[in-house]
Amino acid sequence: MTEIALPRPAAGVMSDPGALGRFGEYGGRYVPESLIPACAALEEAFRDAWSDPRFRRDLDRLLAVHAGRPTALTPAWRLSADLGVNVLLKREDLAHTGSHKINNVLGQALLAKRMGKTRLLAETGAGQHGVATATAGALLGLDVTVYMGEVDIERQALNVFRMKMLGAEVVPVTSGTRTLKDSTSEALRQWVTCVDEAHYCLGSVMGPHPYPWMVREFQRVIGDEARRQCAAELSTGIPDYVVACIGGGSNAAGTFAGFADTGAQLVGVEAEGGAAVAFGQVGVLHGFRSYLLQDENGQVSEAHSIAAGLDYPGIGPEHAHLRDSGRARYVTVSDEEIVPAVRRLARTEGILPALESAHAIAWVIRAAESGELPPWSTVLVTLSGRGDKDMATLMAAS
Amino acid sequence: MTTLPRTGRPLLAPYITGGIRPDWTEYLHEYVRNGADAIEIGLPFSDPILDGPTIQEASDTALRRGVTVRSILDEVAAIDAGVPLIAMTYYNLVHRDAAAFCRDLAAAGIHGLIVPDLPVDESAPLAAAAASAEVDLTLLVAPTTPAARLAEIAAASRGFVYAVSTMGTTGSSFAASGGRLATEVRELTALPVLLAFGIATHADAVTAARSADGVVIGAALMRRILDGCSPAELGAVLAGFRKALDEDGSDCVP
Ligand SMILES: Cc1ncc(COP(=O)(O)O)c(C=O)c1O
Repeated sequence: MTEIALPRPAAGVMSDPGALGRFGEYGGRYVPESLIPACAALEEAFRDAWSDPRFRRDLDRLLAVHAGRPTALTPAWRLSADLGVNVLLKREDLAHTGSHKINNVLGQALLAKRMGKTRLLAETGAGQHGVATATAGALLGLDVTVYMGEVDIERQALNVFRMKMLGAEVVPVTSGTRTLKDSTSEALRQWVTCVDEAHYCLGSVMGPHPYPWMVREFQRVIGDEARRQCAAELSTGIPDYVVACIGGGSNAAGTFAGFADTGAQLVGVEAEGGAAVAFGQVGVLHGFRSYLLQDENGQVSEAHSIAAGLDYPGIGPEHAHLRDSGRARYVTVSDEEIVPAVRRLARTEGILPALESAHAIAWVIRAAESGELPPWSTVLVTLSGRGDKDMATLMAAS
Repeated sequence: MTTLPRTGRPLLAPYITGGIRPDWTEYLHEYVRNGADAIEIGLPFSDPILDGPTIQEASDTALRRGVTVRSILDEVAAIDAGVPLIAMTYYNLVHRDAAAFCRDLAAAGIHGLIVPDLPVDESAPLAAAAASAEVDLTLLVAPTTPAARLAEIAAASRGFVYAVSTMGTTGSSFAASGGRLATEVRELTALPVLLAFGIATHADAVTAARSADGVVIGAALMRRILDGCSPAELGAVLAGFRKALDEDGSDCVP
C-alpha cells in the first residue's frame, strides 16, 4: 500500500477530547467508582499505543491480511443514473465478518493483549459486533464472553451460532427490554467483577471516556481510505455529501473523521424508532452524556427498528456535538423505506446491504428524488455491512 | 443535613426501592422501629448499572407500578420517619435540573443523596446544587480506588462515605477485603464510613462493622420483599441484624 500523508483535522473538529473526554458538553465518564481506574488505565494504554508506530503497523497489518482492507470504493453506476446523482459506496460489507465492526474490534483486541488482558467482554445487538469480537478473540487467543438480550438472541439466531462456532460464550440478558441497551448495562456490570483480566470491547462510539474517542479512531480507517479513494476517483477530490447510518454512530464517526476538515456535508441517518437526535433529550446512560430517548421522567425508552443494530436509544457523544455545532446534520428514515432500499440496491448494483446500511441508502434515494441533492452532486455512502444476516427479516417482509 | 447519629454502636442503614409495593412506606416505619439509624430510599431507574438482579427486579417492579420520583417524594413527604433519609438514584434522573431535584428532596425530608454513576470527577455541578439545598451528596469508594483518589473522594463526600465492599453489583457476595477499604478511608476522614454491597447475613454485617462505622443492607432485604415478606416480617429480620451488630457475638447465626 502506498501511504499518502493526510491533512489532520482542524483543531477542535473531531480531535482529541482531552482528559475528561468532552465533545463540547457531551461525553465524559459517568461510571461507578469501581470502573474509574479501569477506564483511566485504558485511556493511558490507548494514548500510548496510538502514538506507537509499532502498534499502528501491527494493526494495519491485521486489517490488511485478516480483515481484507482496504475495502473498495464502488461507483454505483446504475443507481446513480436512476437518481441523477453520483453515488459512491464505501464497501465495509466486504470487510471480514461482513461489517465495519471488525475495524474497531481488531484495534481493541490488539490493545487488550498489549495490556496483558486474557479475556474480552462485549455487548451485541444484531450480533455483528459479537461475531467480530469472537473472531478477534479466536485470532489473538483471547477468551470471549458476549452479552446479548434474549429478544435479540431470538431474532439473530444465525449470528448467535456464528459466535459459538468461533468459540465465544454467549450469555443471554434477561433484564429490562432484553435488547442492546440492556446487554450494554450487563456488560458494564460484569466488567466490574473482572477488570483485572478482562477488557470490555465496546462496539460503538459510546460508553465512558476513552471509548467514544478510541472507537472513532479505530474506525477512522474507513474515512481515511475513502478520502484517498475519492481523491483518485473524483475530479473534485472531495464528495459533496458524506452519508452513513447511525446506531451508536461508529461507522459514521469513522467515515466523518476522514472528511471533517473538508467542505463535504456530513449526514448521519438514524432509524426513526431509534432517533436520539431527532426525538431525544440530553441524558446520561452507559457512561456518557448525549442525546437519549427517554420519557418525561428520565426513564430510558426502548428503541424500535427493523434493523437490530440501530435499536439503541442513545447516540455517541461526538455526534451530539457535531450536530450542535452544525458540522453534521442528522436525519431519519422509517422502517417502510428500508426493504425497498435494499431491493433497489440489490437490483441496480448487485449488492445486498445490511438493513442498517440500507438506512443510508434510503435517505440518499429520498433526498435525490425530492431534489434536495442537487443534480449530479457526488454522494459518498458508507455501506456498513452486508445483508446476509437479515435474510429471515427480509423473507418475512417480502 | 444527614448527620448520622453518634450512638457508639454500629450504624444500620437498610435500603428500600421506593414504590416497590403500594404499602412500601410501611417498611420504613418497621425499619425505624427495629433499629435503623438511617434509611436509603432507591428512586428506581430503568437502567441501574450498579445493581444486581434483585434490585433490578425491584426497580422494574416499582416502575411497572407507574411510580415516579415525584410520586415517591410525595409519599415520603407525608410521613415522619424519625431517622435521616437518603435517596439513591442514577444521574439521568437528576441532571436535567439538579437544583430543583435537590430542593424537591429536601422538601420531602430527604437530606442525603447517593448517585452511583456519578464519580467525583463529574460531581461538581451536583455537589453545588445539593449544598445549596442542604442535601449531603455522599460519594462512593471502591476496592480499586487508588490511595490519592480515596483522599480526594473522602474530602469531597458529605454526610458519610459509602464504601463498596466488593468488585461487583448490589447483591454480590460480601468480600471481607471491603474491611481494608473501610479502615483506610476512616483514617482519611472524620465522617462515618458505611460498608455496603453483599451484606446478607448477620456474620457479614458483624464482620463489616468491625472495620466500618456501620453497614448498608440492600439486596438481602429487597429479595425478601420481592418474595412477599410483610412489613412486620421484614422488621423482624432487621431486628435480627440490629441485635447481631449490637452484641457482635461470635455466636451470631447467619
Ligand atoms: C451493519 C451494521 N451497520 C451499522 C451498525 C450500527 O452501528 P454504528 O452506528 O456504531 O456503526 C451495526 C450495528 O450492529 C451494523 O451491524
